[in-house]
Amino acid sequence: MPADKHDGILQIRDLSLAFRTPAGRLKVLRDISLDLGRGRILGIVGESGCGKSTLISTVMRLLPANAEVTHGEILFNGNDLLRKSEAEMRALRGGRISMVFQDPMTSLNPVLSIGRQMIDIQHRERRSLREKRERAADMLARVGIPDATSRLSAYPHQFSGGMRQRIAIAMALMAEPDLLIADEPTTALDATLEVQIVGLLERLQEDFGCSIIFVTHHLGVVAELCQDVVVMYAGEVAESGSVRDVFHRPAHPYTEMLLRSDPGRIHERTRQLPTIPGEIPSLIDLPEGCVFRPRCPKAFDRCFVAPPAYEAGHDHHATCHLLARETVA
Amino acid sequence: MAATETTPITKPRLPGSFEIAFRLLLANPLGLFGLCAVVLIVLTVILAPWLAPYDPIRIMVGPRLAPPSLDHFLGTDQLGRDVFSRVLVGGRIALLVALASIGAALTLGLALGLAAGFGPRWLDNAIMLLFDTVRSFPVVIFGLATVTVVGPSLATIIFIVVVTSIPTFGRVARTQTMAIRNDEFIVAETAMGAGAPRIVAVHILPNIIGPLLILASMDIPVVITIEAGLSFLGVGVPPPAPSWGSILSDGFSYIRNTPWPVIAGGIPLILTTLAFTFLGEALRDIFDPKLRKDA
Amino acid sequence: MWLYLVRRMVLAIAIVAVAVTLLFTMIHMVPGDPATIMLGPRATPELREALRLRLGLDEPFVVQVGSFFLSVLTGDLGIDIVRDQPVADIVLRQLPYTVALVLSAIGWATLVGIPLGCFSAIRRNSLADKLIAVLSVSFIAIPYFVISIYTLLIFAVMLQWFPAIGVGEQGDIGSQIRHLVLPAFAVGISWVGYIARMVRASMLEVLGESHVRTARAFGLSEWRITFRYALPIAVLPTVTILGVGIGYLISSAVFAEIVFSRPGIGSLIYEAVGQRNYPVVMGGVLITTVLFVVSTTIADLVNAALDPRIREKL
Repeated sequence: MPADKHDGILQIRDLSLAFRTPAGRLKVLRDISLDLGRGRILGIVGESGCGKSTLISTVMRLLPANAEVTHGEILFNGNDLLRKSEAEMRALRGGRISMVFQDPMTSLNPVLSIGRQMIDIQHRERRSLREKRERAADMLARVGIPDATSRLSAYPHQFSGGMRQRIAIAMALMAEPDLLIADEPTTALDATLEVQIVGLLERLQEDFGCSIIFVTHHLGVVAELCQDVVVMYAGEVAESGSVRDVFHRPAHPYTEMLLRSDPGRIHERTRQLPTIPGEIPSLIDLPEGCVFRPRCPKAFDRCFVAPPAYEAGHDHHATCHLLARETVA
Repeated sequence: MAATETTPITKPRLPGSFEIAFRLLLANPLGLFGLCAVVLIVLTVILAPWLAPYDPIRIMVGPRLAPPSLDHFLGTDQLGRDVFSRVLVGGRIALLVALASIGAALTLGLALGLAAGFGPRWLDNAIMLLFDTVRSFPVVIFGLATVTVVGPSLATIIFIVVVTSIPTFGRVARTQTMAIRNDEFIVAETAMGAGAPRIVAVHILPNIIGPLLILASMDIPVVITIEAGLSFLGVGVPPPAPSWGSILSDGFSYIRNTPWPVIAGGIPLILTTLAFTFLGEALRDIFDPKLRKDA
Repeated sequence: MWLYLVRRMVLAIAIVAVAVTLLFTMIHMVPGDPATIMLGPRATPELREALRLRLGLDEPFVVQVGSFFLSVLTGDLGIDIVRDQPVADIVLRQLPYTVALVLSAIGWATLVGIPLGCFSAIRRNSLADKLIAVLSVSFIAIPYFVISIYTLLIFAVMLQWFPAIGVGEQGDIGSQIRHLVLPAFAVGISWVGYIARMVRASMLEVLGESHVRTARAFGLSEWRITFRYALPIAVLPTVTILGVGIGYLISSAVFAEIVFSRPGIGSLIYEAVGQRNYPVVMGGVLITTVLFVVSTTIADLVNAALDPRIREKL
């Protein structure tokens, strides 16, 4: 395990990012740190608007013009992505790092054939058009598209949502990346398809040996697919560690509540789905101290001071003062 | 450590929407230019009879086709009439036609659009076919054909403009009505027995009148163009009334001798259409950016 | 596909039919007898009666409309009462001039407008973008006949770069093109603005769509993304507008034809209106309506060729 850490493929250190808006600066990410080991699958979970998607857009450096990284570094294979030129970044995208997007209905170009798009993304390879075509068909077959060669001339709207997501995965893996970022790839799909796509990713990860960041708000998928997990809340990391530690011994009240409100985990018949009361705080006007304090049932006076990341176990951290009280007590 | 202390919530005073709109308009240089120019034009037009130094219609004994001078700011036309006075009074005709016909077109378009959006399917189809037909006629062709039949007059021009602009208003009214009519609150009200007139008056009208008014403001330059265009062709406002179009038409015959009448007739048209367009665009961007697509 | 064309044709015929019926109705609603209006008050009763018979004006209204449609179907648009020639011949003789003007105007407007729109979208909010925006709005707002007159005044009368009037020598292509330059410029310039604005707006929209983000995430160059991935989608609404626009262009063509003294459908109708030459007015209106419907249909077909989603639905 520690060997993985040193051999990490991606390390994010104290990353802070803000959006300049007419209403003020939106501090979307604050002091985010995470590690991804080579060949491992990391889940990032959190409610909508917690900054998951912004975080991976930052890794890809595909941010809107009003975004501003105020602090931190993103080390990919030891090099800081934030210091790379746009040309260097472009060389990485779809090469060493690739991405699968959330909504398969809109993430493929509607007026170009699948084959055209799969050939276009091989723009860095020195292959003949024919070889590129064959390789595209090959990848389609590997993700389970029947009759792959003839389907190359089809357009995205001629595939179902599940099929399109398979195509998106095929495209992302075509360059055999070191890191695959999947941004809620199953959110737009129904449960059966979700299981299939997760199974497919699991199998392909074994074949290709790449590392995966899997962003989702579905905890069941994380338990199924990932080894490590980062729980985000309102632009901060609330808790991080191995899936086993975090899911079985959650150290942050937010993780605890998140686990309790996950419909997949509720076995008893309940009249009411447990929810987390309150709303995500405004990112312009953050609450004093711990960001979760206004919603936290266990908040106490110390929570008016921002908590650091306390150790909750081996490679298991949580930003909650409760941990300090336990160690002190 | 004061644990009980809560973070103070300070709410800044929220400015009213009109105030915001006005501030946005002031921040938009073109919109501001449009606003100032429109105000200036409207004032000039209202005061035209007092501002005009000469009678715009009376044929004068003085110099003909004279270049601008202190006596005649914009020179004189082929009948010795003072072009400056004609331009001032011509503005009255342009704005009068614009106001009258847009008012009528807005009302009729609104009525037809509501009927199409709220009424039965066959009525919608019939009205849309009518709209499509009117739109498939180029305005000028329609105008020429109408004038052939009923002869040129101020009323004819207004009629032509009304007929050709009804579809613009009608379509937007219909789209908006359709968008609202299936909203849950309206379905609920219908279920509770509210009649169509009540629903139209209470829910639909307030929702669609805004976009229609913006559309109307953007239609002003179009209407001014149509009036001047038909008058230029000699089928608009009958002479000797000084429409900007007729001033251009008179001047055009003498364009090789002197460019002054043409320049004098064209500049107010250009300024007026630009002013109303810039203002209308700014208003639309502020109040209803979505309208850009519908119109 | 065929079903679509058939549906389209039916709609087209419906529009033309409604248009012609409306025109007929208008002629009939006018107080007074069309024959009297056409011939003037001093014509003899015999002459009037002869014209009435010839135009079928003594038939009931419905029969007149019906027989007009029947003869239109056989290519007969009636007889020009001034020149005593078939209206169809006259209209067809003038049509090429108008089509040449409209197509060259829309052609140069498209060639300039689309790159301008793309440029504005890529360099959005730059000084150049703002300048293009202001110029576009201005050229859309300024009345097209004023543009025609000023074009003539500046380039033909004052600078004398191009000939002012006419269509040029018969058979001399160079001269005909020189005569076409100013009218095409005047008619097309507001469309440069239209097209640039439309392309800019839809380009910005498309560039914000998530498939463009996908293309970026695969490291495709901005150039390729803009012109291969976004532009084909961004021009779709513009193509539709162009189809409708060719119909409207006929309006500005009327003025351009009159200002530059060119033959064409516009000046034909204009002249016929002055002479109260109803059959020619009718024929001209019919042909412009047909032109309009044809151009919108072509625009739809081009759209289908560009967009596989539409292609499938046809």
